[in-house]
Amino acid sequence: MLSAGPWRTIEAAAISIGAIVVALVVYGIFIALNGIDPIAVYRVLYLGAFGTLFSLEATLTLAAPLMLTALCTAIPARAGLLVIGGEGALVIGGLAAVLAGVSAGGIPRYLGTVLVLLAGALAGGAWIAFAGALRLWRGVNETISTLLLNYIAIALLNHLISGPIRDFGETLKATSWSIPAPFRIGTLPYLNVHWGLAFGIVSCVVLWFVMRRTTFGFAVAVLGGNIRAAQLAGLATARLSLAACIIGGAAAGLAGAIEIVAVHGAASESLVVGFGYGGILIAFLARQNPLAIIPVAILVGGISASGGLLQRRFDMPGAATAVLQGCIFITVLAGNTLYGRWRPSRA
Amino acid sequence: MNELELGWWGVLIAVIGGAIRISTPYLFVSLGETLTEKSGRVNLGLEGTLVMGAMSGFAVAYLTGSPWLGVVAAGIAGSSLGLLHAAVCNLPRVNDIAVGIALFLFGTGLAMFLGKPFIAPRGPRLPSLELGSWSAYPSVRAALEINALFIVGLILAPVLYWGLRHTRWGLVLRTVGDSADAAHALGYSIERVRTLATMAGGFLAGVGGSFLSLYYPGNWNEGLSSGQGLMAVALVIFARWNPLSCFWVSLLFGGAGALGPALQSVGIAQGYYLFNAAPYVLTLIILTWSSSTRHRLIGAPSELTINR
Repeated sequence: MLSAGPWRTIEAAAISIGAIVVALVVYGIFIALNGIDPIAVYRVLYLGAFGTLFSLEATLTLAAPLMLTALCTAIPARAGLLVIGGEGALVIGGLAAVLAGVSAGGIPRYLGTVLVLLAGALAGGAWIAFAGALRLWRGVNETISTLLLNYIAIALLNHLISGPIRDFGETLKATSWSIPAPFRIGTLPYLNVHWGLAFGIVSCVVLWFVMRRTTFGFAVAVLGGNIRAAQLAGLATARLSLAACIIGGAAAGLAGAIEIVAVHGAASESLVVGFGYGGILIAFLARQNPLAIIPVAILVGGISASGGLLQRRFDMPGAATAVLQGCIFITVLAGNTLYGRWRPSRA
Repeated sequence: MNELELGWWGVLIAVIGGAIRISTPYLFVSLGETLTEKSGRVNLGLEGTLVMGAMSGFAVAYLTGSPWLGVVAAGIAGSSLGLLHAAVCNLPRVNDIAVGIALFLFGTGLAMFLGKPFIAPRGPRLPSLELGSWSAYPSVRAALEINALFIVGLILAPVLYWGLRHTRWGLVLRTVGDSADAAHALGYSIERVRTLATMAGGFLAGVGGSFLSLYYPGNWNEGLSSGQGLMAVALVIFARWNPLSCFWVSLLFGGAGALGPALQSVGIAQGYYLFNAAPYVLTLIILTWSSSTRHRLIGAPSELTINR
């Protein structure tokens, strides 16, 4: 993890691509057994994901929050923590964004947007930091606590939008108050994709730099590699773990806030669509590398985006893409066993 | 007689009845997870197993007309997912918790995919014992309608407790979970024991899922499970890897889950969704209270990754 080299990149790329190919073959056999032509399915899947400008835009719109929720697993993983709380942190970030936006009604436009996004990131960061703190000071396993926190966050969302912050003018479904219209952000130039994509890509690049090229990132990697070594080296292990949790949670919280300012304008069940769980898959597929998250999130976003088209063309169930993602997840994890087998020299 | 006369007693009765009803899937997933974890492995994917069990149980019961065949099919589907988990985890350097998350996504997706043709129709229902027929109150009768799978679980918990303590199989399982090196030295195949334990755990989780589709709520749809399988790992920690405690813990969680609807029935709708979160908050509090940075949880198998 510490010694970077071209071989490691080649190895990771080869094993990841190999794992995806195996998953595609297994899934192809599965759908063939269900009486559907796999070649045709993969052609439509490509078409629905990347084939046209319209589908590419849909893919990138889905990839934006996925990049940020993937960071919620990837950054704590560098410190040796397996956090799966992206779904909850995203919901909490969305709720905080709505509360901040509604209470800051009169302030200038861009300031308002910044405030709303900041509120989301802070709330998400605090949410995952809570799990980190429980781990550090009470020894509570962070995987289980973040899993529970997901459910608590969703219950909190349902509670708030069913009464305390409900917009009773909206009768179709339970929805919170809306943030002021000037705070909302639009789409990127030349592309019908909201600005969240830029936030996602910039976050991944910046965090890659921080984790790979700074003293802080190095210290976190030492901690993740061997906690005893980190302690003996005099690193502030507690502070580093918490910082990794805060950064990860803030990324997922930001994803929630962006969903509010760029897509929904208000909090509702639409925040709970599995971006958090998709993020876990992406983080593992990218081997917890923030830079690799960008293409992987676009790939996974593409698979999700093509779901509708697959459903219409082949009358496949909506879960068809979820099964494919599950296959890829399993083969990628199984592929972990192959690392280090063909290292040219162990200098 | 009027239901409203019961007042707060009505809430209590509803909570007890709900505890028995809602606890049944909890009981099966926690017993299954206990078996798996006693071998030193965590299966975080029991939610996927549960939903697969619910789907395949419903499908087979619907096609054959026999709910018990459905239960068996659910168990077989569950143990197949357990086998998949074990096979991937048997590879060196593969993290069992991550594989569990993958199987959670895979299992739920697969169940939705294969179960699509079975959505909507109402299938055969598992039988139940009507212990409340003496009462004139419909709510008492409903609460004391004890489902057959609950009784199976009630018997299974002490049997597993006894089996883990007093049989050769139990000893081998515990040895593998507490010291893989010792088990290896004794000539036992660690992989094989863990595979069997994960398959047995998957079988029970699948049966727990069939309860959802064959008794309560008693149909098959995509939103059937409310995370009972995800809670398995937390329940087992709460129960300290003891099958007998699994029974009481499941009842407690069932009661906590029944509190919201019970209060709603007497007109307290405020905070309905917050009551839904009660089991999760409860687990988090218990975990925080019982964990420590200095020692492992009492009763925890030493080889478990979540304790390292």
